[in-house]
Amino acid sequence: MKLCFTAQGATLESPTEDRFGRAPYFIIVESEDGSFDAIRNPYADGGGGVGPKAAQVLIANNVKALVSGQVGGNAKEVLAAAGIAMYTFRAGGTVKDALDQFTKNTLARSG
Amino acid sequence: MKLAVASGKGGTGKSMIAANLAFTLSRTEPVSLVDCDVEEPNLHLFFPGQGTPRDVTVPVPVIDDSLCDRCGKCGDFCQYGAITVLPNRVLFFAELCHSCGGCTLVCPKKAIREEQKRIGTVSLSLPLPFLDLFTGTLDTGSPHAVPVIREAKKQAAAGDSIMIIDTAPGTSCPVVEALEGCDACILVTESTPFGLHDLQLAADVTARLGIPAGIVINRSDGNDEEILRFCTDHDLDVMMTIPFSREIAAIQSRGDLLCRARPEWQKDFMGLWVKCRALAGAGP
Repeated sequence: MKLCFTAQGATLESPTEDRFGRAPYFIIVESEDGSFDAIRNPYADGGGGVGPKAAQVLIANNVKALVSGQVGGNAKEVLAAAGIAMYTFRAGGTVKDALDQFTKNTLARSG
Repeated sequence: MKLAVASGKGGTGKSMIAANLAFTLSRTEPVSLVDCDVEEPNLHLFFPGQGTPRDVTVPVPVIDDSLCDRCGKCGDFCQYGAITVLPNRVLFFAELCHSCGGCTLVCPKKAIREEQKRIGTVSLSLPLPFLDLFTGTLDTGSPHAVPVIREAKKQAAAGDSIMIIDTAPGTSCPVVEALEGCDACILVTESTPFGLHDLQLAADVTARLGIPAGIVINRSDGNDEEILRFCTDHDLDVMMTIPFSREIAAIQSRGDLLCRARPEWQKDFMGLWVKCRALAGAGP
């Protein structure tokens, strides 16, 4: 199953990013084997409507769960309609830290 | 002649200048006063009266589910994120839609038609014999001020009266839309650091739009050196200075006009008008 983490850089050691739509990178981790892909968010510097557009990137990549700091209303509606579960990680730390907490099931579900 | 009154900073006295200038001018020639601060129009407070509102609408897409095969072309096209196509349904966010019509054009199944959606009104009232007041009002919750401003200016331009356009504060799209096509612009400022800072931004906008601008310093405490220095450096004429005055504030706060309560000010506002015409190149 594919998980998406919002990040400031392109690796598992990169700090997480609290914003969803304007996150610089989406780190997509395959939960089966821990392999990952980094996708540069084309909407990171967008003007408006970036939430739904960023959500479309996740849908296109067959993501099933998102871990991010904060997801806006429109993005949330798209993600929920697409059946993507949302989890909140705002503690600060790396993508790896967030992945550990997700795996231990200690993250709060936000949608 | 189309004259805009803008400011950068809010609360410097744009509406006060626009209202008094329109009042003074309308004693000798027809004037259309246009309130383009559509999120908070206030000129009607100076000119109470019954207006005739007309709806302003914009086209938004309506998707026929029975024709749509979720190909996703509309969602890919929409750069505003207003349409998301999922395998089993299409999500539309009306508040993100900019009414560009692109989705309707790219749909191969012709499953999208446009419907008019109301976003605000333009109201016309006739408070004085030679003064028409056009008030643009954006509906609460509508995010796009620009179409309401465009419509208010269009309706006001139908006659050949002098147009005085009161803009919103700031320097964003609603201000640019209000300034578009104007022959000259009054930038109203006040002698505070914030007033100067935002004046610099506003002057940058008028310069980029190629609109000649002149300055009015309002509520001057007599210490305007920094603003004067900025104006000298940028070749901006200070066309009028209004002192900080409790009396003027009191006239304003009871909804009266300075030029009505204290008619001697009409001479100053006529002087301002002559300078604005010179700015616009229409001759002094």
